[in-house]
Amino acid sequence: MHSLFRLGLILAISGLPLLANASHHLGTPLTEEQIAPWDIDVGPDGRGLPAGSGDVAMGAHVFASKCAACHGAAGQGLIGDALVGGRGTLASNKPKRTVGSYWPYATTLFDYIRRAMPFNAPQSLSADEVYALSAYLLNQNGIVPPGTILDKDSLPKVKMPNRDGFVPDPRPGKL
Amino acid sequence: MSKSPSTTNNPNTTSVSRVGSRRRRRFIGGLGIGAFAAAQASAAELLAPLKVEPWSTTPGAPILEHPYGVPSSFEKDVVRRAAKAWPLPGAASSMTPLADLHGSITPNGLVYERHHAGVPEIDPAQHRLAVHGLVGAPTLFTMDDILRLPSESRIHFIECSGNTGGEWNGPSGMPVQLTHGLLSCCEWTGVRLSTLLDEVNGVQGKARWILAEGSDAAAMTRSLPLDRILDRAMIVYAQNGERLRPENGYPLRLIVPGFEGNTHVKWLRRLKIVDAPLETREETSKYTNLLADGTARQFVFEMDAKSVITRPSPGHKLTTHGYYPISGLAWSGRGTIRRVEVSTDGGASWRNARMETSPRERALTRFEADWQWNGGPAAILSRATDSTGYVQPTREALVSARGLNSQYHYNAIQQWRVDANGDVRNA
Repeated sequence: MHSLFRLGLILAISGLPLLANASHHLGTPLTEEQIAPWDIDVGPDGRGLPAGSGDVAMGAHVFASKCAACHGAAGQGLIGDALVGGRGTLASNKPKRTVGSYWPYATTLFDYIRRAMPFNAPQSLSADEVYALSAYLLNQNGIVPPGTILDKDSLPKVKMPNRDGFVPDPRPGKL
Repeated sequence: MSKSPSTTNNPNTTSVSRVGSRRRRRFIGGLGIGAFAAAQASAAELLAPLKVEPWSTTPGAPILEHPYGVPSSFEKDVVRRAAKAWPLPGAASSMTPLADLHGSITPNGLVYERHHAGVPEIDPAQHRLAVHGLVGAPTLFTMDDILRLPSESRIHFIECSGNTGGEWNGPSGMPVQLTHGLLSCCEWTGVRLSTLLDEVNGVQGKARWILAEGSDAAAMTRSLPLDRILDRAMIVYAQNGERLRPENGYPLRLIVPGFEGNTHVKWLRRLKIVDAPLETREETSKYTNLLADGTARQFVFEMDAKSVITRPSPGHKLTTHGYYPISGLAWSGRGTIRRVEVSTDGGASWRNARMETSPRERALTRFEADWQWNGGPAAILSRATDSTGYVQPTREALVSARGLNSQYHYNAIQQWRVDANGDVRNA
C-alpha cells in the first residue's frame, strides 16, 4: 500500500516508533461464522455455492408459484425480464437477451436468484429451491435435459451457449 | 424569454410527455434573459411608476417555518421526473431537471435515482460494513467506526451508463431532463477506499478485484478492478454537506469517480477482496454493451467525455431576438474538461465556450458561450474535449463503432434545433 509506505517513511524520518500498519484500530475482527449470512456471492467456478440440490420438476413447481406472475408462465417475460428464448438473435436488429441467449455463466443464476428474487421476498428461497429454479430455467432454454439435478458440483459445469460472447472494453483508444 | 409553470408535477405517477406536447411546453427562465422578455411583453407596465408590493408592507414568515428549508413555492416544478411509467416503481429511475439548475452542483433532493429493488430505510445504528476476503484482518465496521476514520470531501459526477440511451436511434424528441438527466454532481464526504484497506491490514498477494454489495433488497453487487479504483474510490456518508439521502445510499455508499453509476453501490454493507470478478447479474446480463456482431463488451466502466446544452434546450422558447448565453454541462470520467466548443449552425463552425466553473477531475463543469439570435432557425451543439485529448464523438461515429444495440455509454454530441419562432426542439 502506498500510504503504508508513506506513513512508514514519515515515522522513520521523524524517529517515532514504526507502527506495524496504518491502522487506527477501529472496527471489530470478523470471523467466518459471523460473515456467513452475508457472504452469499457465488463465483463462476462455483465458489460460494451451498449444499443442497434441486431438479427441473421441482423448479417448474417453484417457478409457477413464485416467479411466473412477473416472468410469464413459461419465462417469456411480463413485467419481469424474459428468461427464455432468443438464441441466435444477438446479432440481429432485435436482439433478445435472456438467460439462454446471453448469460455467460450458469452460476450467476444461483447468485442472483438467491440474493434478489422473488422481487417481493428476496433471500426467502431455500438452497434446494434455487438449485431447482436454475435447473428449470436451463432446461427451458434447452441447455440441460429434463432429468437434470443441480448442486454445487454440477451447476458450475454447465456450459452456457454465450460463454464466449463477451469481449473486453477496447477504450480508451477505440470508440 | 419567460418562464411559465409546467403542468407536470407528480414524478411518482406521471411521466413527462415528449416536448412536442404544447400543453407541457416549458419556457426558459433566465436572469438577464427574463428582463428582455418582460420588456417585450409589458413595456407599458415597466414604464409606469414602480408598485409597492404587499411583501414590502407586511412582515414575512417567521424563522423555523420550515425547520429543514424548502425551495420557494415558485420553484415547485423543479423536480425529478421519470421518463416512463416503470412496471416496478422500486426498480426504476428518476432524472435530474438539468435545464433548471445552475452552476455544477446538484441539490441533494434533485440527484437522479436508480434503484434495483426500492429505497431501504436503514437505521445507521444498525448498519454494518464488512470488509473481508483477501485482506490481512477481516473487519466489521459500525457507522461510528467509519466516521472516526480520516475523511476527505471531493466533488464528482455520477452518470448512469444508460443516460441518453434514448438517442441511439436518433433525436428522441425528449427534453434534456429526460435525455441527459441520469447525471448529477455532488461534494461527497467519506473515507478513501485505500484508508479502509489499510485499516484491515491491507490486501493479500492474489487480490485483484473488489466485490461491493448493497444491503438493499436487490443486494446489488458489482466486481471492480482494484488497481484501477484504489487511488480514488471512496466510501462516503455525506453529500453536499449533509448525510446521504436515503435514495442516494443512506447511510453509506461507494463512490468510484468516473465509473458508470451502478458501480457506486448504495447502502453498502460488504466489500470482499477477491482474485477474479464474480460475474454477477449486473455485470453479465445487464450493463454489458452488445455490439452489431452479437458479441458484447463487458466491464465497460469509465464514462467518456460528454457535454450537453441545458439552456436553451427543448421546451424552452426564445421570446425576443438578441443576446442569449448558451449554457451547458461537460464532464469526463477520465479526467478534467480541457475544452468545450459550441456551434450554432449545426456543426459547420465551432468556437470555444468559456468555463463558467473551474474544471475539476471527474466532475461537472459549467460552460457558457455568447450567442446573438437573429430570429432565424438554428441548430445548437456542444462538443467536449477532456484532459486525455479525447473528443466527444458524433452519433454516426458511435453507431459505426458499436451498432444500435449497445444501450449503454451513449455520449455523442447532442443537437437542439431552434425554430424561427423561437421554439427549441430535440429534432
